[in-house]
Amino acid sequence: MSPRAASRLETLGFRHVYDYAAGKADWFSAGLPMEGEVADAVFIGRLVRADAPTFRLEDRVADVLTRAEATGWDQAVVLDERNVLLGWLSRDALRSDHGAQVSAVMLEGPVTFRPNTRPDEAATWMDRKNVDSVLVTSSDGTFIGVLRRQDLALPKVAGGTHEA
Amino acid sequence: MAEEILRKQAQKLIEAGAQILDVLELREYQESHLPGAVHIHLRKVAEQAHEKLDPSRPVVVYCHDFA
Repeated sequence: MSPRAASRLETLGFRHVYDYAAGKADWFSAGLPMEGEVADAVFIGRLVRADAPTFRLEDRVADVLTRAEATGWDQAVVLDERNVLLGWLSRDALRSDHGAQVSAVMLEGPVTFRPNTRPDEAATWMDRKNVDSVLVTSSDGTFIGVLRRQDLALPKVAGGTHEA
Repeated sequence: MAEEILRKQAQKLIEAGAQILDVLELREYQESHLPGAVHIHLRKVAEQAHEKLDPSRPVVVYCHDFA
């Protein structure tokens, strides 16, 4: 629709028309502000922990573990230089081969959620998968944070550990 | 032909004062829209554009996603 509307505006004499083709879904998926009836609704983007420790593929697992523990985390996130999510290190992975590089032990391509997901949807998924947290990214893969089950303030249906 | 832009460009244009046009159904606009967006349904653009928008200023047009 937006390309047609943009084209029509130009025919009407509008001189500087830009087509944001990725649109509303892309904007909200990045956790950017919205207006309207659901603007005050709480989405998971407001509940994520953005202070999860992040690392690069070439980092050593021992160094990751040291920094993760120092900041109170038992998991870690692996990003590229543009902060695009590449993988995730579980507590078991952090305690595996300390001499290895992150790339050797991380989980590739973990499941991610968008920040405009409703908390109950995320909770249902966590219950079904029996995990305690999920990773949140924008639609272009940029890491936003970790959503933990305990931060949802919703009743838990089943026990769990982490996102798979 | 209107230039297709990505989110970061849209943000810069909006921060610089560009007008924002939502061409979705009214119901969808009422539910949620970009801050400050004006609503004109696609089929009403010709009828309402000059009433609601300034043709001399930049306009960022969007719908839901690549529709």
